[in-house]
Parts: sequence; C-alpha cells; structure tokens
Amino acid sequence: MSEVSKIPVTVLTGYLGAGKTTLLNRILSENHGKKYAVIVNEFGEIGIDNDLIIGADEEVFEMNNGCICCTVRGDLVRIMGGLMKRKGKFDAIIVETTGLADPAPVAQTFFVDEDVQRNARLDAVVTVADAKWLSDRLKDAPEAKNQIAFADVIVLNKTDLVTKPELVEVEARIRGINPYARLHRAERCKVALSDVLERGAFDLDRILDLEPEFLEAGDDHDHDHDHHHHDGHDHDHGHGLKHYHDEEMQSLALKTDKPLDPTKFMPWLQNLVATEGQKILRSKGILAFTGDDDRYVFQGVHMMLEGDHQRKWKDGEPRESRLVFIGRELPEDDIRAGFESCITT
Amino acid sequence: MSSFEPGSEQASIASVTDRVRPIVIGAPVTSVHFLGDRAAFVGAEEHVSIADEKGEISKVEVLAGGILCAASDDERIVMGGDNGKLVALDARGSVTELALDPKRRWIDNVALHPDGAYAWSVGKTAHVRGGKGEEKSLEVPSTVGGLAFAPKGLRLAIAHYNGVTLWFPNMAATAEFLAWAGSHLAVSFSPDNKFLVTAMHEPALHGWRLADNRHMRMSGYPGRVKSMSWSVGGKFLATSGADTVIMWPFASKDGPMGKEPAMFAPLQARVTAVACHPKQDVLAAGYGDGTVLMVRLEDGAEILVRRNGTAPVASLAWNAKGSLLAFADEDGGAGLLAL
Repeated sequence: MSEVSKIPVTVLTGYLGAGKTTLLNRILSENHGKKYAVIVNEFGEIGIDNDLIIGADEEVFEMNNGCICCTVRGDLVRIMGGLMKRKGKFDAIIVETTGLADPAPVAQTFFVDEDVQRNARLDAVVTVADAKWLSDRLKDAPEAKNQIAFADVIVLNKTDLVTKPELVEVEARIRGINPYARLHRAERCKVALSDVLERGAFDLDRILDLEPEFLEAGDDHDHDHDHHHHDGHDHDHGHGLKHYHDEEMQSLALKTDKPLDPTKFMPWLQNLVATEGQKILRSKGILAFTGDDDRYVFQGVHMMLEGDHQRKWKDGEPRESRLVFIGRELPEDDIRAGFESCITT
Repeated sequence: MSSFEPGSEQASIASVTDRVRPIVIGAPVTSVHFLGDRAAFVGAEEHVSIADEKGEISKVEVLAGGILCAASDDERIVMGGDNGKLVALDARGSVTELALDPKRRWIDNVALHPDGAYAWSVGKTAHVRGGKGEEKSLEVPSTVGGLAFAPKGLRLAIAHYNGVTLWFPNMAATAEFLAWAGSHLAVSFSPDNKFLVTAMHEPALHGWRLADNRHMRMSGYPGRVKSMSWSVGGKFLATSGADTVIMWPFASKDGPMGKEPAMFAPLQARVTAVACHPKQDVLAAGYGDGTVLMVRLEDGAEILVRRNGTAPVASLAWNAKGSLLAFADEDGGAGLLAL
C-alpha cells in the first residue's frame, strides 16, 4: 500500500485541562466534509454522532526485543485492527491521549507494528498547551514537558487569559524545549484545521522543516515562508524575545556543508540511538553523503529510526546535512564529536 | 481421495484449480467457516455470505457494523461486533442476538465450547455463558487478546498482556495464571489437552506444557503468526507467518522442546492462513500473493488449488467431514473445492 493511500493518524496530546477535548470537538463539528475515527479515553465527553468514536485503555506494552524504551500502545494495535475492517467509512484517525500520557508509545506503535504500518501513517503529534499554566507545569510535570518536546504542532490555548508579557514568557519556554514545532496561538482552541490536520510531519518526503521556527511578533498564521533563508541565523534569537534554556530538555541542531561518509555516519547514528535512545525523544535529518546525488532523509522516535533516499539534490541547492535531536540531558559534546567524525575529509 | 495422488512422473506441480468453484463475495472477507456442507464467508462488516456446493450464495446481515471476531462449530457461527453485539448465525440462516454490551463497547474475541457454552470478551472482561444460560465474568489485568476453551471440562484460556489466565468458570477456585512477558493474542489448546500455545504480538509463539507449566519458545518467524491449526490428532501445530508453513511437533510428551519445526510448501510469499484437514494428514495453506496449496504431510507433496495474483488469502476452512475446502482473499475473491 502506498504512503498516499494509508490512513493519516493525528495524535492529540496535552496536559490535563489544556483543552484537548475542546480542540477535538472543534475538529469534529466543523464542516469539513471528512469523517474521522476518533480513539478517546473517556466516552461521553464528545457528542458527535457522525463519526466513529472508540474508547481506548492506554495500555502501554513493552516489546520483547530487549529495548526497554521500545513500548507500544497495545490497545491501539487492537483498535487499528478493528478499524481496518471499516475502511472506507472514515478518512482519517485521531488518537486522543490522556493528559498524563507520554506520546512516545503511541508514535512507536506506528513504527513497530507491521499491520498498523501497512494501513496507517502517523501524520503529526499535536500538543495543546495552556498559556496560563504551562510555565508552571513545565516545572512540576514531566509529562507536560514530554508532550511539548514531542510535538510537531503546538496549539497554545487560552491566550486570552494571559497578558502579553506572560505570553512571550510561555512561548520562550516552549521554544527552549522545542524550537521546531509549529506554534499557533489560540483562544478556545480556535485554530484553522489545516494547521493541525494533514501536516505530514512524519512523512519522509516532507522533512523540510529543520529550521527553528522563530517567533515573530504576531506570528499567528504565517507558515508559508520557504526555507531558503537559513544562512547565518542558526542560534541567533535576534527578535528581542526572551530565550530560556530548559535545564533538562533541549534540542540540538547539527549542520555541515561537507559531505558525510555513509559508512561512518549510519553506524554512528544507529549506535547513538541504541545507546542514548531513551534520552532522545525525536530525531530528524536531511543528509548529503559522499558520492551520492540523492538527498537522504531520516526520522526517529527514541531508538526507532526510518530513513530513505528522498530525491535528487537540485542544481544550485546547497548540499548541506542538517540534523536535529530533541531530548533530555542530551550528551551534546559526544554527539557533536561523533557527528564531526563522520564528515568526509 | 484420488486428488491427493499426483502422478509421480509429473514434473510441475499437480493442479486442481479447474475443479475449484469460484465464488464472488464482492466485499472483504475476514474468516471462512462451514455450517454443515455450506461454506460461510464472514465479511469485515455486516454480512456473512453462505455458499452451497453449486455456488449459490445467500447473503445474511448479521451485525450493523464491523465484525471483529468469529468462531464456529459446524452448526453455528458466533460473531462479535463493533456495535457491542454478540450474535449467532445458524445453518438455516437465522440470526440470534446472544449478548449486548451495555456501553456498546467492542466485542473483541469469541470462543465456542462443544457442549454449547460460549465465551466472549469486552476490554479486560471475559464472559462465559454455559449451556444452561448461566453467565459468569472474569476481569483480567489487561485487554483480552484471545480466548479458547480447553477440549475437556469447562475451562477457558484468556490470553492477555504478560500471560494467560486459565479459568474454570464453574469452580470457586481462583484462576490460574501462566506468566510470560509480552502481549499474547490468539490462544489454543492442543487437542489432547496437554499443551497451551499463544501467538504473540512479536513474531513468535509461546507454549506451556500444562502438566508442569514448562515454557516453550517458538520463534524465528519473519512476521506475526495470525493463523494456527492443529493437524489430525494434534501431532503438529501448523502456523502462518513465514514463507513456508511452519509445523511444530507436538506428538511426544515434550512437545516441540528442543526440536526443530518441519517446513512445508515454500513459496516466494508469506503464508497468511493455514487449515489442517480434519481426518487426514493434509493441510491447506493460503499465501500473501493469493496462492492456495494443499500439502500432504507424509511427503510434502503439493497440489495447487488457486494461482497467485490476488489479494492475500484471508482464511481457509474444511468442512467437518473433510470433503470440502473453502477459501477467501481479503478482497472477497473466494472459492470452494469438493474433493
């Protein structure tokens, strides 16, 4: 089954009270002409007859492969199997997690389980965050931090309940953890559905967004800027905004314009995720290998990686390799040194 | 049964493809059963199509929704749906509602007992209704992955995460727990009641010798095992999941412990469904490319029942006498072979 015909799955996370159910109800009640199968934890909170609503148990199973962070959602494997019997009755799937859930087992289910992988593709992890309380939760709730670190899209909700300086503060805290997610400010989860659905964030063909999304004043719905302006502003937060460095959770960006040696790079990357995978929540990369005219792209969740040749490098396109890791207590110096040693000299 | 005697001079594989009566179901099929001498093709949703030997089809609506599980015993097929209903279809084509989950949750698994009792599961709870209509329930630690009745007595095996719970619904004693790390899905007792085998979420089987609960690990599959079938007398357990039929030996008291499995009918495609003949040492195997073969266990001789080139074979079944073989693929292409 081709990637296109696989059913897209959006994972909806967010700490308790952030507004997940509000966003879900908004998605389901809007007139978009699509049908969703929605996997929820509590029946009864959403009341739409038109769609398939399935209750889940959030059972996290360890895989018997000797890798302790390789966990999957057992109930999701079962539910996906059942849903595939009703193919054609819905266009997309939304998985709502509980407020305390780690998004990794959900995402890993789509990497590990061959049946799930055959029929569905992970589209994006969307995290709803509470503008008023997120800064506090980032201090006392590791789950909230995980959800921000893992996100492809962050809906910063309840912005009407905070002052402008508070908003700037919470956005800076989010960027300190995850500078790569799309961030949308919202009141009562009012965001354009196209901003949260059909994002293709896990689609290897669309791994383009490796530039940090810097905040610009009033940057609410400005995301069609292209990505050819990445010279010279690597970590230059020159917008007069606060910048926080989260003590525990960081992102690490690596870049080189010299080609990488694939015989060194691939073993290094595989060894890195095998040994440090528990710390690495997400990884992504666009790679230029020595003697290879194709761009190679990869992405990963903890210890799981997938990668492929994406397309030919275009004429005039800088053959640059870029990698991003988001994780906790990343051994930054080791990762940098390891990466440097893979550069063809 | 002359069809199992291909001429020894034949260089290419013997074929009975021209004797198969093609049946068009027109919708995805998930499992195949027999009600007497009529083949029943259970759809992915709503319908069961019943075909007689002449290929005449009658379509019966059994559930308004997805059909998540089915088990049969020659006289009826019991099915669970995603609308929370458990229904039975009998040979006359009439549908009876057996149970309704009050919250309309999915009925994930079903099993039948020869004396008329049946079991089903909803989430973590397994239910048993005995021949006299009394109902008992047991909650296990995680969602039920599979159910099976023991061949003797009213004893139910409930597979779940990290093991199997063995339960005598009519006895006060606490249920026995067989532990093994991982997610256990399908579960099956050997016909002699000496072994219990589960198909795991990983591409492996796990087994227990019930006399002493000794473990048996059966691994090496490239894909998850979704179809298991005991050969006549329980000598072998035939399994899908590889590009040959993997047959684990269970004839001795140690079962497959320390033994290699036999491998039959290798093709360039994954085996997706297996069904052992009820009376003879013959099995039918379906493949991911649509091929169906019959294999004689004595010498591995193969007979082609259906050529490749369709959707994966979803299921195969023999009637109780062993005179009819039915199969169907995931797109609803099906066939019936009279031997």
